[in-house]
Amino acid sequence: MTLKFTPDHEWIRVDATGIATVGITPHAQDALGDVVFVDLPEVGKTYAAHDTVGVVESVKAAADVFSPVSGEVTEVNEALRADPSLANSDPQDSGWFFRIKLSDPKQLDSLLDEAAYAELLKNA
Amino acid sequence: MVPFAGYAMPVQYPTGILAEHLQTRQSAGLFDISHMGQVALRGDDAAAALETLVPVDVQGLAEGKQRYALFTNESGGILDDLMVIPRPRADGQGLELFLIVNAACKVRDVALLQTLADRCDIVPMPEQALLALQGPLAVQSFARLVPQVAELVFMTGRWMEVPTPTTPIRIFATRSGYTGEDGLEISVAASDAERLARLLLALPEVKPIGLGARDTLRLEAGLCLYGHDIDTTTSPVEAGLSWALQKVRRTGGARAGAFPGADSILSQLDNPAIVARRRVGLIGLDRTPVREGTELHSADGRVAGRVTSGSFAPSAGGPVAMAYVATEFTAPGTTLYAQVRGRAVPMQLQPMPFVPHRYWRG
Repeated sequence: MTLKFTPDHEWIRVDATGIATVGITPHAQDALGDVVFVDLPEVGKTYAAHDTVGVVESVKAAADVFSPVSGEVTEVNEALRADPSLANSDPQDSGWFFRIKLSDPKQLDSLLDEAAYAELLKNA
Repeated sequence: MVPFAGYAMPVQYPTGILAEHLQTRQSAGLFDISHMGQVALRGDDAAAALETLVPVDVQGLAEGKQRYALFTNESGGILDDLMVIPRPRADGQGLELFLIVNAACKVRDVALLQTLADRCDIVPMPEQALLALQGPLAVQSFARLVPQVAELVFMTGRWMEVPTPTTPIRIFATRSGYTGEDGLEISVAASDAERLARLLLALPEVKPIGLGARDTLRLEAGLCLYGHDIDTTTSPVEAGLSWALQKVRRTGGARAGAFPGADSILSQLDNPAIVARRRVGLIGLDRTPVREGTELHSADGRVAGRVTSGSFAPSAGGPVAMAYVATEFTAPGTTLYAQVRGRAVPMQLQPMPFVPHRYWRG
């Protein structure tokens, strides 16, 4: 399992089969406040890294959700769609957004590891 | 904390906007709204003078009765909305008109009022703070400190003293607010404001509420936010605020007209067919929040109007919005399509408020 982060405050966790799970970080959910709506990508659709694939909206604001990597979306979190507050209560586990099959695993190398993300938050 | 009209204001406290919103609907919330402008007009001619700036019956307003008013401009638009109440002066030297105006407009409002300086004294009160205590338990909880507060009915106010272990705190309380709930707005000397706020927060029913929930509460209550739902380009009639214009100031009334923009505003009242657009309420038919600025289309793809306030509404349980739409699309039940990120989000026109008002009228 590899866990990486993006400067856009998303996390991506890659399993042994090359499928990655993506969500927003605890910092992101804290900055947004109460999440009341998510728009999730289309299953089966292929996206490039940095593409806007969805939206997360709190009472006060809307933010784009990006794909950290290129690949085909294999699954979206229907439980999150039904209960968007999972993004607040459990952002790095049951509040995940979508799963994507990496087309270029080397893209992970350009993402932040846990220490680098922590450093980024410290300087934010 | 965020900058708002030149003040550092809390958007939310640690529990967040949703919890604060529901706290206010279910119990009581305390808002620091000291950024708002407080102004007194003094002199026998003050009410008649103020009537030259607002399309409202001020002269007929009895002592202790509060009224919603609007400063209008020559083209019939709205310069600001405000509250006005005749009250005894703090020093006992007769009556004054006490005005509460919006923070972002207060400099302009005071300049506008200064045009009345030959008819009355204009007294800005920057040394006064303003607290709002809102919610179904607001008055009963505060009444444990000041029993006579329970004698006020909606849109009335009076001076009171809040007993404390040291010196009592003098306040001017009105039973009114900006949430659709029962509650109070409390003018207090800035030097006493923190002491009073701590007394109120010590009541078990009361929690502090930030600007974020103030916005969702007033939106659900169908109340306009100046600079968004009303501004210099919207007339009171378009804005659905005709109720604020009493008969005496309308065509045929004893003091008809004689306020800025009277020709245009009275002709809209007299001939509704010429009103090209109106402010309406919309509820989302799916879960997508629809924000300010979003364009609305009709079923056949024509531009119908634009959203001026929109959010997820915690008590209504879904997205709601206010918008200006062309008159032909204002029938209740009409479905319009909000253009959100290239998608047409269906919304249905619904009479406001979205959540019933719970004012105490006695």
